[in-house]
Amino acid sequence: MQDAVTTMTVTGARGRPASNERWREIARNAFPFLVVGGIWEVVAWAGVFPHRLFPTLEEVALSFVQLTVSGILPHHAIETLLRLLSGFALAALFGIGIGVLMGRSRRAEDILLPLVSICAPIPGLAYAPLFLLWFGLGDVSAVLLVGFVSSFPVIFNSWTGVKAVKEIWLRSAQSMGADDRKLFSHVILPGALPYILTGLRLGLAQAWRILVAVEMLAAVPWGLGWLIFGAREFLNTDAMLAGIVVIAVIGLALEKLVFEKIEHYTIVRWGMISA
Amino acid sequence: MSETTQRLRSLRRAAIALIVAATLYEAAARSGCFAPALLPTLPTVAHTLWNMLADGSIIEHAAFTMYRVMFGFLLAVAVGIPLGVLMARFQRLENFFLPLVSALMPIPSFALVPLFMLWFGIGNLTTILIVFYAATFPMLFNTWSGVRSVNPIWLRAAGALGADEHKLFWKVIIPGASPFIITGMRQAFLRCWIAVVGAEMIAASDWGLGWVIFDAKEFLNTDVMLASLVAIGAIGFVFERAVFGSIERATIQRWGMTRIAKG
Repeated sequence: MQDAVTTMTVTGARGRPASNERWREIARNAFPFLVVGGIWEVVAWAGVFPHRLFPTLEEVALSFVQLTVSGILPHHAIETLLRLLSGFALAALFGIGIGVLMGRSRRAEDILLPLVSICAPIPGLAYAPLFLLWFGLGDVSAVLLVGFVSSFPVIFNSWTGVKAVKEIWLRSAQSMGADDRKLFSHVILPGALPYILTGLRLGLAQAWRILVAVEMLAAVPWGLGWLIFGAREFLNTDAMLAGIVVIAVIGLALEKLVFEKIEHYTIVRWGMISA
Repeated sequence: MSETTQRLRSLRRAAIALIVAATLYEAAARSGCFAPALLPTLPTVAHTLWNMLADGSIIEHAAFTMYRVMFGFLLAVAVGIPLGVLMARFQRLENFFLPLVSALMPIPSFALVPLFMLWFGIGNLTTILIVFYAATFPMLFNTWSGVRSVNPIWLRAAGALGADEHKLFWKVIIPGASPFIITGMRQAFLRCWIAVVGAEMIAASDWGLGWVIFDAKEFLNTDVMLASLVAIGAIGFVFERAVFGSIERATIQRWGMTRIAKG
Protein backbone atom coordinates (compact mmCIF):
# COMPACT_ATOMS: atom_id res chain seq x y z
CA MET A 1 0.00 0.00 0.00
CA GLN A 2 2.77 2.35 1.05
CA ASP A 3 4.66 1.54 -2.13
CA ALA A 4 1.69 2.27 -4.31
CA VAL A 5 1.18 5.65 -2.70
CA THR A 6 4.79 6.72 -3.14
CA THR A 7 5.03 5.57 -6.75
CA MET A 8 1.82 7.37 -7.50
CA THR A 9 3.10 10.64 -6.11
CA VAL A 10 6.38 10.25 -7.94
CA THR A 11 5.02 9.28 -11.34
CA GLY A 12 1.48 10.60 -11.09
CA ALA A 13 0.96 13.82 -13.02
CA ARG A 14 0.19 16.53 -10.50
CA GLY A 15 -2.13 14.78 -8.16
CA ARG A 16 -4.31 13.01 -10.70
CA PRO A 17 -3.15 9.45 -10.22
CA ALA A 18 -6.56 7.96 -11.07
CA SER A 19 -6.71 9.26 -14.62
CA ASN A 20 -3.07 8.41 -15.11
CA GLU A 21 -3.79 4.86 -14.06
CA ARG A 22 -6.69 4.66 -16.47
CA TRP A 23 -4.55 5.89 -19.36
CA ARG A 24 -1.96 3.33 -18.58
CA GLU A 25 -4.58 0.61 -18.68
CA ILE A 26 -5.91 1.82 -22.00
CA ALA A 27 -2.41 1.92 -23.39
CA ARG A 28 -1.75 -1.57 -22.12
CA ASN A 29 -4.88 -2.91 -23.77
CA ALA A 30 -4.25 -1.06 -27.02
CA PHE A 31 -0.63 -2.16 -27.34
CA PRO A 32 -1.25 -5.73 -28.59
CA PHE A 33 -3.69 -4.46 -31.21
CA LEU A 34 -1.12 -1.95 -32.42
CA VAL A 35 1.47 -4.71 -32.72
CA VAL A 36 -0.87 -7.05 -34.61
CA GLY A 37 -2.15 -4.17 -36.77
CA GLY A 38 1.43 -3.18 -37.55
CA ILE A 39 2.33 -6.70 -38.60
CA TRP A 40 -0.80 -6.87 -40.75
CA GLU A 41 0.12 -3.56 -42.44
CA VAL A 42 3.67 -4.70 -43.12
CA VAL A 43 2.47 -7.96 -44.64
CA ALA A 44 -0.16 -6.18 -46.71
CA TRP A 45 2.27 -3.58 -48.00
CA ALA A 46 5.04 -6.07 -48.66
CA GLY A 47 2.78 -7.81 -51.16
CA VAL A 48 3.39 -11.32 -49.87
CA PHE A 49 -0.21 -12.16 -50.68
CA PRO A 50 -2.28 -10.82 -53.58
CA HIS A 51 -3.54 -7.39 -52.66
CA ARG A 52 -7.20 -8.26 -53.27
CA LEU A 53 -7.02 -11.07 -50.74
CA PHE A 54 -5.07 -9.19 -48.10
CA PRO A 55 -6.12 -5.53 -48.10
CA THR A 56 -4.45 -2.92 -45.92
CA LEU A 57 -6.22 -1.76 -42.79
CA GLU A 58 -6.95 1.67 -44.33
CA GLU A 59 -8.92 -0.02 -47.07
CA VAL A 60 -10.88 -2.08 -44.57
CA ALA A 61 -11.60 1.05 -42.53
CA LEU A 62 -12.55 2.94 -45.69
CA SER A 63 -14.98 0.28 -46.86
CA PHE A 64 -16.35 0.06 -43.32
CA VAL A 65 -17.08 3.80 -43.36
CA GLN A 66 -18.50 3.70 -46.88
CA LEU A 67 -20.75 0.75 -46.15
CA THR A 68 -21.94 2.38 -42.93
CA VAL A 69 -22.62 5.78 -44.50
CA SER A 70 -24.52 4.27 -47.40
CA GLY A 71 -26.64 2.36 -44.89
CA ILE A 72 -25.80 -1.09 -46.22
CA LEU A 73 -23.94 -2.31 -43.18
CA PRO A 74 -26.57 -1.10 -40.66
CA HIS A 75 -29.31 -2.73 -42.74
CA HIS A 76 -27.48 -6.06 -42.73
CA ALA A 77 -26.80 -5.77 -39.01
CA ILE A 78 -30.41 -4.93 -38.15
CA GLU A 79 -31.76 -7.84 -40.17
CA THR A 80 -29.32 -10.17 -38.45
CA LEU A 81 -30.24 -8.87 -35.02
CA LEU A 82 -33.97 -9.21 -35.74
CA ARG A 83 -33.44 -12.81 -36.79
CA LEU A 84 -31.32 -13.45 -33.73
CA LEU A 85 -33.92 -11.95 -31.41
CA SER A 86 -36.89 -13.77 -32.91
CA GLY A 87 -35.06 -17.09 -32.94
CA PHE A 88 -33.85 -16.55 -29.42
CA ALA A 89 -37.30 -15.49 -28.21
CA LEU A 90 -38.69 -18.79 -29.53
CA ALA A 91 -35.91 -20.67 -27.78
CA ALA A 92 -36.45 -18.83 -24.50
CA LEU A 93 -40.21 -19.35 -24.58
CA PHE A 94 -40.21 -23.04 -25.44
CA GLY A 95 -36.94 -23.81 -23.67
CA ILE A 96 -37.98 -22.41 -20.30
CA GLY A 97 -41.46 -23.90 -20.67
CA ILE A 98 -40.24 -27.40 -21.47
CA GLY A 99 -37.40 -27.22 -18.97
CA VAL A 100 -39.61 -26.13 -16.08
CA LEU A 101 -42.21 -28.73 -16.97
CA MET A 102 -39.52 -31.41 -16.99
CA GLY A 103 -38.26 -30.22 -13.65
CA ARG A 104 -41.67 -30.18 -12.02
CA SER A 105 -43.33 -33.30 -13.35
CA ARG A 106 -41.76 -36.69 -13.23
CA ARG A 107 -43.97 -37.86 -16.07
CA ALA A 108 -42.95 -35.03 -18.39
CA GLU A 109 -39.33 -35.67 -17.52
CA ASP A 110 -39.56 -39.35 -18.38
CA ILE A 111 -41.26 -38.62 -21.68
CA LEU A 112 -39.30 -35.61 -22.87
CA LEU A 113 -35.79 -36.36 -21.65
CA PRO A 114 -35.04 -39.17 -24.12
CA LEU A 115 -36.27 -37.07 -27.04
CA VAL A 116 -34.25 -34.06 -25.95
CA SER A 117 -31.12 -36.05 -25.26
CA ILE A 118 -31.29 -37.64 -28.70
CA CYS A 119 -31.64 -34.34 -30.55
CA ALA A 120 -29.26 -32.25 -28.45
CA PRO A 121 -25.83 -33.76 -29.19
CA ILE A 122 -26.20 -33.38 -32.97
CA PRO A 123 -24.44 -30.16 -34.02
CA GLY A 124 -27.07 -27.54 -34.83
CA LEU A 125 -25.85 -26.83 -38.29
CA ALA A 126 -26.31 -30.44 -39.31
CA TYR A 127 -30.05 -29.81 -39.15
CA ALA A 128 -29.75 -26.87 -41.52
CA PRO A 129 -30.22 -28.70 -44.84
CA LEU A 130 -33.17 -30.59 -43.38
CA PHE A 131 -34.83 -27.36 -42.27
CA LEU A 132 -34.09 -25.81 -45.66
CA LEU A 133 -35.86 -28.69 -47.40
CA TRP A 134 -38.82 -28.65 -45.05
CA PHE A 135 -39.35 -24.93 -44.66
CA GLY A 136 -37.75 -23.54 -47.79
CA LEU A 137 -34.97 -21.01 -48.21
CA GLY A 138 -35.17 -17.77 -46.30
CA ASP A 139 -36.23 -16.32 -43.01
CA VAL A 140 -38.57 -19.04 -41.75
CA SER A 141 -35.91 -21.74 -41.83
CA ALA A 142 -33.25 -19.45 -40.41
CA VAL A 143 -35.35 -18.32 -37.45
CA LEU A 144 -36.73 -21.79 -36.73
CA LEU A 145 -33.29 -23.37 -36.86
CA VAL A 146 -31.77 -20.76 -34.59
CA GLY A 147 -34.64 -21.20 -32.15
CA PHE A 148 -34.47 -25.00 -32.28
CA VAL A 149 -30.73 -25.17 -31.74
CA SER A 150 -30.48 -22.58 -29.00
CA SER A 151 -33.38 -24.03 -27.03
CA PHE A 152 -31.36 -27.06 -25.88
CA PRO A 153 -29.08 -25.27 -23.43
CA VAL A 154 -32.13 -23.38 -22.13
CA ILE A 155 -34.07 -26.63 -21.62
CA PHE A 156 -31.22 -28.40 -19.85
CA ASN A 157 -30.43 -25.52 -17.56
CA SER A 158 -34.02 -24.71 -16.59
CA TRP A 159 -34.57 -28.40 -15.90
CA THR A 160 -31.50 -28.59 -13.65
CA GLY A 161 -32.43 -25.30 -12.03
CA VAL A 162 -35.92 -26.35 -11.06
CA LYS A 163 -34.63 -29.64 -9.73
CA ALA A 164 -31.95 -27.82 -7.73
CA VAL A 165 -34.47 -25.74 -5.77
CA LYS A 166 -34.02 -26.82 -2.18
CA GLU A 167 -36.64 -29.15 -0.84
CA ILE A 168 -36.67 -27.22 2.44
CA TRP A 169 -37.71 -24.01 0.70
CA LEU A 170 -40.63 -25.80 -0.94
CA ARG A 171 -41.75 -27.44 2.27
CA SER A 172 -41.45 -24.30 4.34
CA ALA A 173 -43.38 -22.29 1.75
CA GLN A 174 -46.06 -24.95 1.68
CA SER A 175 -46.31 -25.12 5.45
CA MET A 176 -46.70 -21.36 5.49
CA GLY A 177 -49.70 -21.82 3.24
CA ALA A 178 -48.43 -21.00 -0.25
CA ASP A 179 -50.67 -22.37 -3.00
CA ASP A 180 -49.27 -23.84 -6.20
CA ARG A 181 -49.19 -20.55 -8.05
CA LYS A 182 -47.46 -18.69 -5.26
CA LEU A 183 -45.06 -21.56 -4.79
CA PHE A 184 -44.14 -21.36 -8.44
CA SER A 185 -43.76 -17.62 -8.78
CA HIS A 186 -42.21 -16.92 -5.36
CA VAL A 187 -40.06 -19.95 -4.69
CA ILE A 188 -39.39 -22.13 -7.71
CA LEU A 189 -38.87 -19.46 -10.31
CA PRO A 190 -36.51 -17.25 -8.27
CA GLY A 191 -34.68 -20.35 -7.03
CA ALA A 192 -34.14 -21.66 -10.53
CA LEU A 193 -33.34 -18.28 -12.01
CA PRO A 194 -29.54 -18.43 -11.81
CA TYR A 195 -29.62 -21.64 -13.82
CA ILE A 196 -32.20 -20.33 -16.27
CA LEU A 197 -30.13 -17.22 -16.90
CA THR A 198 -27.05 -19.34 -17.48
CA GLY A 199 -29.08 -21.36 -19.95
CA LEU A 200 -30.30 -18.25 -21.73
CA ARG A 201 -26.78 -16.94 -21.91
CA LEU A 202 -25.46 -20.18 -23.39
CA GLY A 203 -28.45 -20.29 -25.72
CA LEU A 204 -27.85 -16.79 -26.98
CA ALA A 205 -24.18 -17.53 -27.59
CA GLN A 206 -25.17 -20.66 -29.50
CA ALA A 207 -27.81 -18.78 -31.48
CA TRP A 208 -25.27 -16.18 -32.46
CA ARG A 209 -22.73 -18.73 -33.63
CA ILE A 210 -25.26 -20.68 -35.63
CA LEU A 211 -27.02 -17.68 -37.13
CA VAL A 212 -24.01 -16.45 -39.05
CA ALA A 213 -23.59 -19.81 -40.74
CA VAL A 214 -27.32 -20.23 -41.34
CA GLU A 215 -27.44 -16.91 -43.14
CA MET A 216 -24.74 -18.15 -45.47
CA LEU A 217 -26.65 -21.32 -46.28
CA ALA A 218 -30.26 -20.08 -46.30
CA ALA A 219 -29.80 -17.39 -48.95
CA VAL A 220 -31.51 -14.62 -47.00
CA PRO A 221 -31.52 -11.29 -48.84
CA TRP A 222 -29.94 -9.29 -45.99
CA GLY A 223 -27.78 -10.28 -43.06
CA LEU A 224 -24.16 -10.10 -41.94
CA GLY A 225 -23.50 -13.75 -42.66
CA TRP A 226 -24.78 -13.25 -46.16
CA LEU A 227 -22.73 -10.07 -46.56
CA ILE A 228 -19.55 -11.95 -45.76
CA PHE A 229 -20.44 -14.89 -47.92
CA GLY A 230 -21.56 -12.75 -50.84
CA ALA A 231 -18.40 -10.63 -50.65
CA ARG A 232 -16.40 -13.77 -51.35
CA GLU A 233 -17.88 -14.05 -54.83
CA PHE A 234 -16.52 -10.64 -55.78
CA LEU A 235 -13.24 -10.96 -53.87
CA ASN A 236 -14.29 -8.03 -51.70
CA THR A 237 -12.02 -9.00 -48.87
CA ASP A 238 -12.26 -5.51 -47.38
CA ALA A 239 -16.06 -5.68 -47.13
CA MET A 240 -15.73 -9.16 -45.67
CA LEU A 241 -13.35 -7.99 -42.95
CA ALA A 242 -15.60 -5.01 -42.21
CA GLY A 243 -18.50 -7.46 -41.75
CA ILE A 244 -16.42 -9.65 -39.44
CA VAL A 245 -15.58 -6.60 -37.33
CA VAL A 246 -19.29 -5.80 -36.95
CA ILE A 247 -19.99 -9.42 -35.99
CA ALA A 248 -17.28 -9.29 -33.34
CA VAL A 249 -18.61 -6.02 -31.94
CA ILE A 250 -22.18 -7.32 -31.74
CA GLY A 251 -21.00 -10.54 -30.11
CA LEU A 252 -19.04 -8.63 -27.51
CA ALA A 253 -21.90 -6.21 -26.89
CA LEU A 254 -24.37 -9.07 -26.38
CA GLU A 255 -22.16 -10.56 -23.72
CA LYS A 256 -21.15 -7.37 -21.92
CA LEU A 257 -24.24 -5.22 -22.20
CA VAL A 258 -27.07 -7.72 -22.12
CA PHE A 259 -26.11 -10.58 -19.89
CA GLU A 260 -23.78 -9.08 -17.34
CA LYS A 261 -26.44 -6.42 -16.73
CA ILE A 262 -29.31 -8.88 -16.37
CA GLU A 263 -27.30 -11.03 -14.06
CA HIS A 264 -26.38 -8.05 -11.96
CA TYR A 265 -29.93 -6.75 -11.65
CA THR A 266 -31.64 -9.99 -10.81
CA ILE A 267 -29.53 -12.60 -9.17
CA VAL A 268 -27.10 -10.41 -7.35
CA ARG A 269 -29.89 -8.22 -6.05
CA TRP A 270 -31.82 -11.19 -4.77
CA GLY A 271 -28.69 -12.42 -3.10
CA MET A 272 -28.55 -15.72 -4.99
CA ILE A 273 -24.86 -15.32 -5.73
CA SER A 274 -22.44 -12.78 -4.38
CA ALA A 275 -21.43 -9.94 -6.64
CA MET B 1 -42.13 -46.61 -3.87
CA SER B 2 -38.73 -48.24 -4.10
CA GLU B 3 -35.89 -46.94 -6.20
CA THR B 4 -35.96 -49.82 -8.71
CA THR B 5 -39.66 -49.60 -9.52
CA GLN B 6 -39.20 -45.87 -10.05
CA ARG B 7 -36.35 -46.56 -12.45
CA LEU B 8 -38.32 -49.23 -14.27
CA ARG B 9 -41.21 -46.87 -14.68
CA SER B 10 -38.88 -44.18 -16.06
CA LEU B 11 -37.45 -46.62 -18.55
CA ARG B 12 -40.89 -47.76 -19.62
CA ARG B 13 -42.04 -44.20 -20.11
CA ALA B 14 -38.90 -43.35 -22.07
CA ALA B 15 -39.47 -46.33 -24.35
CA ILE B 16 -43.12 -45.41 -24.81
CA ALA B 17 -42.18 -41.81 -25.62
CA LEU B 18 -39.68 -42.91 -28.26
CA ILE B 19 -42.09 -45.41 -29.79
CA VAL B 20 -44.89 -42.84 -29.89
CA ALA B 21 -42.60 -40.26 -31.50
CA ALA B 22 -41.44 -42.79 -34.08
CA THR B 23 -45.02 -43.85 -34.81
CA LEU B 24 -46.16 -40.25 -35.24
CA TYR B 25 -43.30 -39.63 -37.62
CA GLU B 26 -44.04 -42.82 -39.52
CA ALA B 27 -47.73 -41.92 -39.75
CA ALA B 28 -46.89 -38.46 -41.05
CA ALA B 29 -44.49 -39.93 -43.57
CA ARG B 30 -46.98 -42.51 -44.83
CA SER B 31 -50.05 -40.28 -44.79
CA GLY B 32 -49.00 -38.69 -48.08
CA CYS B 33 -49.53 -35.14 -46.83
CA PHE B 34 -45.85 -34.49 -47.43
CA ALA B 35 -43.76 -35.46 -50.40
CA PRO B 36 -42.05 -38.79 -49.68
CA ALA B 37 -38.78 -37.29 -50.89
CA LEU B 38 -38.93 -34.80 -48.03
CA LEU B 39 -40.18 -37.12 -45.32
CA PRO B 40 -38.87 -40.64 -45.89
CA THR B 41 -40.22 -43.45 -43.75
CA LEU B 42 -38.05 -44.85 -40.98
CA PRO B 43 -37.41 -48.19 -42.74
CA THR B 44 -36.13 -46.24 -45.75
CA VAL B 45 -33.75 -44.28 -43.55
CA ALA B 46 -32.56 -47.44 -41.81
CA HIS B 47 -32.12 -49.14 -45.17
CA THR B 48 -30.08 -46.22 -46.51
CA LEU B 49 -27.93 -46.18 -43.39
CA TRP B 50 -27.35 -49.90 -43.74
CA ASN B 51 -26.43 -49.54 -47.42
CA MET B 52 -24.04 -46.71 -46.67
CA LEU B 53 -22.44 -48.79 -43.95
CA ALA B 54 -22.25 -51.84 -46.18
CA ASP B 55 -20.52 -50.11 -49.08
CA GLY B 56 -18.28 -48.29 -46.64
CA SER B 57 -19.04 -44.81 -47.95
CA ILE B 58 -20.32 -43.43 -44.66
CA ILE B 59 -17.31 -44.85 -42.86
CA GLU B 60 -15.02 -43.09 -45.28
CA HIS B 61 -16.92 -39.83 -44.84
CA ALA B 62 -16.76 -40.24 -41.07
CA ALA B 63 -13.03 -40.97 -41.29
CA PHE B 64 -12.42 -37.73 -43.19
CA THR B 65 -14.48 -35.76 -40.69
CA MET B 66 -12.68 -37.38 -37.76
CA TYR B 67 -9.30 -36.67 -39.33
CA ARG B 68 -10.17 -32.97 -39.60
CA VAL B 69 -11.59 -32.82 -36.11
CA MET B 70 -8.67 -34.59 -34.51
CA PHE B 71 -6.08 -32.58 -36.41
CA GLY B 72 -7.70 -29.27 -35.50
CA PHE B 73 -8.37 -30.38 -31.95
CA LEU B 74 -4.79 -31.52 -31.34
CA LEU B 75 -3.47 -28.27 -32.80
CA ALA B 76 -5.77 -26.35 -30.47
CA VAL B 77 -4.59 -28.39 -27.49
CA ALA B 78 -0.96 -27.93 -28.50
CA VAL B 79 -1.42 -24.16 -28.73
CA GLY B 80 -4.06 -23.58 -26.07
CA ILE B 81 -2.52 -25.37 -23.09
CA PRO B 82 1.01 -23.91 -23.27
CA LEU B 83 -0.25 -20.45 -24.07
CA GLY B 84 -2.82 -20.62 -21.27
CA VAL B 85 -0.19 -21.74 -18.77
CA LEU B 86 2.22 -19.03 -19.89
CA MET B 87 -0.49 -16.38 -19.70
CA ALA B 88 -1.36 -17.42 -16.18
CA ARG B 89 2.27 -17.50 -15.03
CA PHE B 90 3.62 -14.35 -16.66
CA GLN B 91 1.81 -11.06 -16.24
CA ARG B 92 3.42 -9.54 -19.32
CA LEU B 93 2.17 -12.27 -21.62
CA GLU B 94 -1.26 -12.01 -20.09
CA ASN B 95 -1.29 -8.27 -20.71
CA PHE B 96 -0.39 -8.87 -24.31
CA PHE B 97 -2.61 -11.80 -25.23
CA LEU B 98 -5.71 -11.27 -23.12
CA PRO B 99 -7.03 -8.23 -25.05
CA LEU B 100 -6.44 -10.05 -28.35
CA VAL B 101 -8.18 -13.18 -27.14
CA SER B 102 -11.15 -11.25 -25.79
CA ALA B 103 -11.51 -9.45 -29.10
CA LEU B 104 -11.30 -12.61 -31.21
CA MET B 105 -13.45 -14.82 -29.02
CA PRO B 106 -16.85 -13.33 -29.85
CA ILE B 107 -16.29 -13.92 -33.58
CA PRO B 108 -18.14 -17.13 -34.48
CA SER B 109 -15.86 -19.53 -36.30
CA PHE B 110 -18.29 -19.74 -39.23
CA ALA B 111 -17.83 -16.04 -39.91
CA LEU B 112 -14.25 -16.80 -40.86
CA VAL B 113 -15.13 -19.59 -43.28
CA PRO B 114 -15.51 -17.33 -46.36
CA LEU B 115 -12.29 -15.49 -45.52
CA PHE B 116 -10.36 -18.71 -45.05
CA MET B 117 -11.84 -20.04 -48.27
CA LEU B 118 -10.35 -17.09 -50.11
CA TRP B 119 -7.01 -17.42 -48.39
CA PHE B 120 -6.53 -21.16 -48.23
CA GLY B 121 -8.89 -22.52 -50.87
CA ILE B 122 -11.45 -25.25 -50.46
CA GLY B 123 -10.69 -28.45 -48.63
CA ASN B 124 -8.78 -29.86 -45.71
CA LEU B 125 -6.66 -26.86 -44.80
CA THR B 126 -9.59 -24.47 -44.42
CA THR B 127 -11.66 -26.97 -42.48
CA ILE B 128 -8.85 -27.83 -40.11
CA LEU B 129 -8.07 -24.18 -39.48
CA ILE B 130 -11.73 -23.41 -38.73
CA VAL B 131 -11.85 -26.33 -36.30
CA PHE B 132 -8.60 -25.13 -34.75
CA TYR B 133 -9.97 -21.61 -34.37
CA ALA B 134 -13.17 -22.85 -32.79
CA ALA B 135 -11.38 -25.09 -30.29
CA THR B 136 -8.48 -22.89 -29.25
CA PHE B 137 -10.41 -20.38 -27.17
CA PRO B 138 -12.17 -22.74 -24.77
CA MET B 139 -8.87 -24.60 -24.37
CA LEU B 140 -6.93 -21.42 -23.72
CA PHE B 141 -9.45 -19.86 -21.39
CA ASN B 142 -9.94 -22.92 -19.25
CA THR B 143 -6.21 -23.58 -18.91
CA TRP B 144 -5.65 -19.96 -17.99
CA SER B 145 -8.29 -19.89 -15.30
CA GLY B 146 -7.25 -23.35 -14.10
CA VAL B 147 -3.65 -22.36 -13.50
CA ARG B 148 -4.73 -19.12 -11.87
CA SER B 149 -7.08 -20.91 -9.53
CA VAL B 150 -4.47 -23.31 -8.16
CA ASN B 151 -4.64 -22.86 -4.42
CA PRO B 152 -1.72 -20.60 -3.37
CA ILE B 153 -1.37 -22.58 -0.14
CA TRP B 154 -0.42 -25.66 -2.18
CA LEU B 155 2.26 -23.66 -3.96
CA ARG B 156 3.67 -22.34 -0.71
CA ALA B 157 3.50 -25.73 0.95
CA ALA B 158 5.32 -27.36 -1.98
CA GLY B 159 7.87 -24.55 -1.95
CA ALA B 160 8.42 -24.96 1.76
CA LEU B 161 8.89 -28.68 1.30
CA GLY B 162 11.70 -27.89 -1.10
CA ALA B 163 10.11 -28.35 -4.54
CA ASP B 164 12.04 -26.59 -7.30
CA GLU B 165 10.35 -24.77 -10.20
CA HIS B 166 10.29 -27.87 -12.34
CA LYS B 167 8.71 -30.06 -9.66
CA LEU B 168 6.31 -27.31 -8.65
CA PHE B 169 5.08 -27.11 -12.21
CA TRP B 170 4.60 -30.80 -12.93
CA LYS B 171 3.54 -31.98 -9.47
CA VAL B 172 1.40 -29.10 -8.25
CA ILE B 173 0.31 -26.67 -10.94
CA ILE B 174 -0.58 -29.09 -13.72
CA PRO B 175 -2.54 -31.56 -11.55
CA GLY B 176 -4.17 -28.65 -9.76
CA ALA B 177 -5.29 -27.11 -13.01
CA SER B 178 -6.28 -30.42 -14.59
CA PRO B 179 -10.03 -30.30 -13.86
CA PHE B 180 -10.20 -27.03 -15.76
CA ILE B 181 -7.98 -28.31 -18.54
CA ILE B 182 -10.12 -31.40 -19.02
CA THR B 183 -13.30 -29.33 -18.98
CA GLY B 184 -11.61 -27.17 -21.59
CA MET B 185 -10.86 -30.21 -23.76
CA ARG B 186 -14.44 -31.33 -23.49
CA GLN B 187 -15.80 -27.94 -24.47
CA ALA B 188 -13.20 -27.65 -27.22
CA PHE B 189 -14.17 -30.99 -28.67
CA LEU B 190 -17.83 -30.03 -28.68
CA ARG B 191 -16.96 -26.81 -30.50
CA CYS B 192 -14.82 -28.76 -32.97
CA TRP B 193 -17.66 -31.08 -33.72
CA ILE B 194 -20.03 -28.18 -34.40
CA ALA B 195 -17.46 -26.28 -36.42
CA VAL B 196 -16.45 -29.19 -38.61
CA VAL B 197 -20.00 -29.82 -39.80
CA GLY B 198 -20.49 -26.18 -40.73
CA ALA B 199 -17.10 -25.80 -42.32
CA GLU B 200 -17.63 -28.93 -44.40
CA MET B 201 -20.99 -27.66 -45.59
CA ILE B 202 -19.77 -24.24 -46.66
CA ALA B 203 -16.21 -24.93 -47.71
CA ALA B 204 -17.37 -28.03 -49.53
CA SER B 205 -14.69 -30.49 -50.41
CA ASP B 206 -15.84 -33.92 -51.53
CA TRP B 207 -15.65 -35.97 -48.36
CA GLY B 208 -16.99 -35.56 -44.86
CA LEU B 209 -20.27 -36.02 -43.06
CA GLY B 210 -21.19 -32.33 -43.22
CA TRP B 211 -20.64 -32.34 -46.94
CA VAL B 212 -22.79 -35.46 -47.41
CA ILE B 213 -25.73 -33.79 -45.67
CA PHE B 214 -25.40 -30.64 -47.69
CA ASP B 215 -24.86 -32.47 -50.93
CA ALA B 216 -27.88 -34.70 -50.30
CA LYS B 217 -30.04 -31.58 -50.18
CA GLU B 218 -29.30 -30.88 -53.83
CA PHE B 219 -30.72 -34.22 -54.85
CA LEU B 220 -33.55 -34.30 -52.29
CA ASN B 221 -31.98 -37.38 -50.72
CA THR B 222 -33.59 -36.79 -47.37
CA ASP B 223 -32.94 -40.40 -46.36
CA VAL B 224 -29.19 -39.94 -46.85
CA MET B 225 -29.42 -36.74 -44.88
CA LEU B 226 -31.18 -38.36 -41.93
CA ALA B 227 -28.81 -41.33 -42.02
CA SER B 228 -25.79 -39.01 -41.83
CA LEU B 229 -27.46 -37.08 -39.02
CA VAL B 230 -27.70 -40.33 -37.10
CA ALA B 231 -24.03 -41.02 -37.73
CA ILE B 232 -22.99 -37.52 -36.62
CA GLY B 233 -25.07 -37.77 -33.46
CA ALA B 234 -23.73 -41.22 -32.64
CA ILE B 235 -20.06 -40.28 -33.08
CA GLY B 236 -20.46 -37.11 -31.05
CA PHE B 237 -22.25 -39.00 -28.30
CA VAL B 238 -19.63 -41.75 -28.16
CA PHE B 239 -16.80 -39.25 -27.90
CA GLU B 240 -18.50 -37.19 -25.25
CA ARG B 241 -19.38 -40.15 -23.07
CA ALA B 242 -16.77 -42.78 -23.73
CA VAL B 243 -13.62 -40.83 -24.46
CA PHE B 244 -13.94 -37.79 -22.24
CA GLY B 245 -15.80 -39.65 -19.54
CA SER B 246 -12.98 -42.18 -19.24
CA ILE B 247 -10.29 -39.50 -19.37
CA GLU B 248 -12.05 -37.81 -16.51
CA ARG B 249 -12.26 -41.03 -14.54
CA ALA B 250 -8.62 -41.88 -15.18
CA THR B 251 -7.28 -38.50 -14.11
CA ILE B 252 -9.19 -36.10 -11.96
CA GLN B 253 -11.44 -38.53 -10.19
CA ARG B 254 -8.50 -40.78 -9.37
CA TRP B 255 -6.54 -37.84 -8.08
CA GLY B 256 -9.54 -36.95 -5.97
CA MET B 257 -10.06 -33.53 -7.53
CA THR B 258 -13.79 -33.95 -7.96
CA ARG B 259 -16.10 -36.15 -6.06
CA ILE B 260 -18.20 -38.52 -8.09
CA ALA B 261 -21.63 -36.99 -8.24
CA LYS B 262 -24.13 -38.77 -6.10
CA GLY B 263 -27.39 -39.78 -7.68
